[in-house]
Amino acid sequence: MDRYDAPESTPRQSAASGLRDYFIGATPLQKRLESIRKQASVLPTPPRRKILQCSRLQEDVDPQKVAFLLHKQWTLYSLTPLYKFSYTNLKEYSRLLSAFIAAEKQKGLAVEVGDDFSIKVIFSALLGMKGTERDPEALLVQILSKSQLPPQNREGKVLWTGWFCCIFGDSLLETVSEDFTCLPLFLANGAESNTAIIGTWFQKTFDCYFSPLAINAFNLSWMAAMWTACKMDHYVATTEFFWSVPCSPQSLDISYAIHPEDAKALWDSVHKTSGEVTQEEVDLFMDCLYSHFHRHFKIHLSATRLVRVSTSVASAHTDGKIKILCHKYLIGVLAYLTELAIFQIE
Amino acid sequence: MLPQKRVKNSQAPDRTSQVRNTLQTSLSAWKVKQKPSDSKINWKQNSPVEAHEHVDDTLQVAVEYFEKGPIKTSRSKDKILEKHLETVENVAWKNGLAPEAIDILLNVALSGRFGNAVNTRLLKCMIPTTLISEGSVVKAVSWLCVGKCSGNTKVLFYRWLVAMFDFIDHKEQINLLYGFFFASLQDDALCPYVCHLLYLLTKKDNVKPFRVRKLLDLQAKMGMQPHLQALLSLYKFFAPALISVSLPARKKIYFKNSKDLWDSAVLAVRLRNHGHFSEPLKLTLSPADLRPLKRKWNSHSVIPGLKSGSYAKGCGKKEMSLSDCLSCNRSLPLEQLQSFPQLLQNIHCLELPSQMGSVLNNSLLLHYMNCVTDESLLLRLYHWLSQTLQEECIWYKVNDYEHGEEFTNFLDTIIRAECFLQEGFYSCEAFLYKSIPLWDGFCCRSQFLQLVSWIPFSSFSEVKPLLFDHLAQLFFTSTIYFKCSVLQSLKELLQNWLLGLSMDVYMKPTTSSPLETTLGGSMNSVSTLIHYVGWLSTTALRLESNSTFLLHFILDFYEKVCDIYINHDLPLVVLFPPGIFYSSLLSLDTSVLNQLCYIIHRYHKNLVAAKKNELLQKAKSEFSFSSKTCEQFNHYLKTMVGCLWTSKPFEKGIYIDPKILEKTGILKYKNSLNIVHHPSLLSYAASFVLQESPEERTVNMSSIQGKKWSCYLDYLFSEGLQGLKFFIRSSIHHSSVP
Repeated sequence: MDRYDAPESTPRQSAASGLRDYFIGATPLQKRLESIRKQASVLPTPPRRKILQCSRLQEDVDPQKVAFLLHKQWTLYSLTPLYKFSYTNLKEYSRLLSAFIAAEKQKGLAVEVGDDFSIKVIFSALLGMKGTERDPEALLVQILSKSQLPPQNREGKVLWTGWFCCIFGDSLLETVSEDFTCLPLFLANGAESNTAIIGTWFQKTFDCYFSPLAINAFNLSWMAAMWTACKMDHYVATTEFFWSVPCSPQSLDISYAIHPEDAKALWDSVHKTSGEVTQEEVDLFMDCLYSHFHRHFKIHLSATRLVRVSTSVASAHTDGKIKILCHKYLIGVLAYLTELAIFQIE
Repeated sequence: MLPQKRVKNSQAPDRTSQVRNTLQTSLSAWKVKQKPSDSKINWKQNSPVEAHEHVDDTLQVAVEYFEKGPIKTSRSKDKILEKHLETVENVAWKNGLAPEAIDILLNVALSGRFGNAVNTRLLKCMIPTTLISEGSVVKAVSWLCVGKCSGNTKVLFYRWLVAMFDFIDHKEQINLLYGFFFASLQDDALCPYVCHLLYLLTKKDNVKPFRVRKLLDLQAKMGMQPHLQALLSLYKFFAPALISVSLPARKKIYFKNSKDLWDSAVLAVRLRNHGHFSEPLKLTLSPADLRPLKRKWNSHSVIPGLKSGSYAKGCGKKEMSLSDCLSCNRSLPLEQLQSFPQLLQNIHCLELPSQMGSVLNNSLLLHYMNCVTDESLLLRLYHWLSQTLQEECIWYKVNDYEHGEEFTNFLDTIIRAECFLQEGFYSCEAFLYKSIPLWDGFCCRSQFLQLVSWIPFSSFSEVKPLLFDHLAQLFFTSTIYFKCSVLQSLKELLQNWLLGLSMDVYMKPTTSSPLETTLGGSMNSVSTLIHYVGWLSTTALRLESNSTFLLHFILDFYEKVCDIYINHDLPLVVLFPPGIFYSSLLSLDTSVLNQLCYIIHRYHKNLVAAKKNELLQKAKSEFSFSSKTCEQFNHYLKTMVGCLWTSKPFEKGIYIDPKILEKTGILKYKNSLNIVHHPSLLSYAASFVLQESPEERTVNMSSIQGKKWSCYLDYLFSEGLQGLKFFIRSSIHHSSVP
């Protein structure tokens, strides 16, 4: 058994898992697999989270741009890290993407890059839209139509908007090398055909992968609890839940609206740990709502499926649609969505 | 030309040299050559060589005739012309023309010395024997500028050039004429054919902004023309930062087939060239462009098409640095990568795909992946594969079984790649963990289980709760066929792990593995796997009431296990649990007993080898076989010998109180399990006895004793019971014949 002890100098290299032999436990792939194992073996989400707070970094954000992001319905996607993306090339990306869109729209007709098209694509960074200093800058992509008006009012109508962000994405950032830019959460507003074209371009150019990000009932309950817990100066909307009962021929929807202050009062009564929201509190909060409903209507809501939650902070649908209403908690909402997106891509 | 060709087709070079003479010395050479043909009166004798020479000579005359130009005074002009034309046509379509003949005739056809009809006929028969020299083409092109030939002739020439493109010996000088060809696009009649030629000719250097603009102008003038689309898409491939085009999904034919005139001729030339003529590399329109858009945008085709990644690299920088420029010119686009030697030559300057997922369909790139050290490539593949598996997985979505076949094919592709690499992907491992809780055990079963067998080596106790606990639930509640499939894939998993480990042991110090810091740790993981399978098997045997079919799969697994020490040079011997041993020993099936004997024999060998090694290097050995293993083995061995050979069952090895045995009421229990009376061998014994004394009416098994016993043994061995043979030869001393 001599050879077992004999030192050898050439380590094996191989494509898929051999790297494990190559660097001792430190490769991103290695870390990634370990985190997956952990995820698969314990509960899918950590049982406690911080109550949403305003991030200090958010103060740098251009208020006009933030206003632009609020009160719009966004479709959510998760996105794997972008390969060789560079913030210094945004202008060039605009040129290439607009040519790509023009070529896609008129299938078969070639277009010159940099030509004057009827649309304009603008890439810009949303400075300050991040959770920590380590998070990469958020990225905004807009498609404007060029109107026929003279140049001075040529601002054009926004046809499509999409933005990419990463808020408190440490767990993902740790597992990739510097060739990658992690913007795991993508939000789109506009025709899906445009989303498809732009997504395809990103996938081809930066070798990334978009997947629709659905929000399951479990996470919707968490959102309901966390958003109810937010301190608000004034409420702009009632707190409302939608449950869906799968039955034929048409599914039955149950809407349950509560005055936001009542909801907050209920939350305060179940909330114990300061600064944190725990799984037990979320469960208790939802159970209280269920039992209240059962007392009045004799329907067990826990047997149905929660499909939508809307509060004064934001509203979310299980299909992966979100509308953010409150400027103050924007970062907090995005942080949770980033967490869900990272969970999906891992 | 390769030597073999020279032998086969000896006339061709001869003729070439002859014609070469004519080029140099003009007519004198022809005359010398003509003389023997004059004297050949007897060509009708049909000597093939001479007939051939005659044809050769008439061809020479014909070529000479065309070279000199029409004889204006002659009245029989048309007749002679017709005769010579026919000669040329016959030879050309039969054997093809030598490069020199083509050179001369091409000149004639394009110089306009004869009428249009003659030019057309000549062009149509410009069929090479093997090759066309580049110089001839360049000369021919120069005639196009003089304006002596008609539009039709030009069109025919371009069609000919496209059809024969592959047979031109070099293309460098022709490429220098790129600008000239490009200018010919202006001519509406020529445009489709010139486009096709340019499509074949274009290199990266030829793609210039002014040409892009010109093509776009043409497109604006002529609208969407398939030939222009093809050329434009090629330009886009070379210069994605200049131009963008997206081809319509359904279109497949971009060029009218220029070859149709010469279809049979081209085929014939190809056959002649077979083996010593590599086809020039051609860019084809990427399949991803042609594939129809299916379903949603995200999944128009599961695996992306192969495309060089110059897109992401080059874009964003208007001015490239000098080094970029140099490396760009030298780098090889993936689309052109076609052979393994080419991969080796260009491995340092390969343009990697823009989407790593495309490597799955390309075995050359899998080779590359196998030795790559750049981790970002692996990460890209990891992300893509993980997400695609998740998106496409049909049991994630309720009632989405319409894409089942597609997903199955996708998994098959992955498995092929894993087999090719002899290595599992991390993404697949993660996919198994995530998806097994939702798996019904039915959908894509074969693929799923194959993926299990490619799980990269890791600590079994870590993987068990993530995968095997779920798998066990399905295992116990499914049919016997499912159980057998699972055992089969666990056998393959074990084999893959063992192969990997025995490689690692040779290749590197034992301490560098991050998960298992020592060889002992690795062995521990393997032995946990084996014990786990032992537990599964024992329980399954009970559930399936000792099914022979199941037992075969179990023993197959242990056939791998028993030989680990010798076959893989790994210090591990794990025995099977008693449940399996006794079920096999008491099986009614001969082949099970035979397999058991073989396995015991191999265990014996492995243990002896291990023991020997241990004695040799007692101090060094970091792994010692537990004495328990040896004890247990001896127990099994004694039981087997007691049952099969010495007819003293239940005394040594397994012990059963004789009083209990008496209660069963069987009197002769002692020899009822020996090789004569063992239920699985009884039929052999019976036919042996019948063979010995065919007239006997009652078969007396007890007669097999003494000398007959050895004869019976030989009979058993001759019936193919090799396992039994090995077992008896190695474990039993022949003096002990009962």
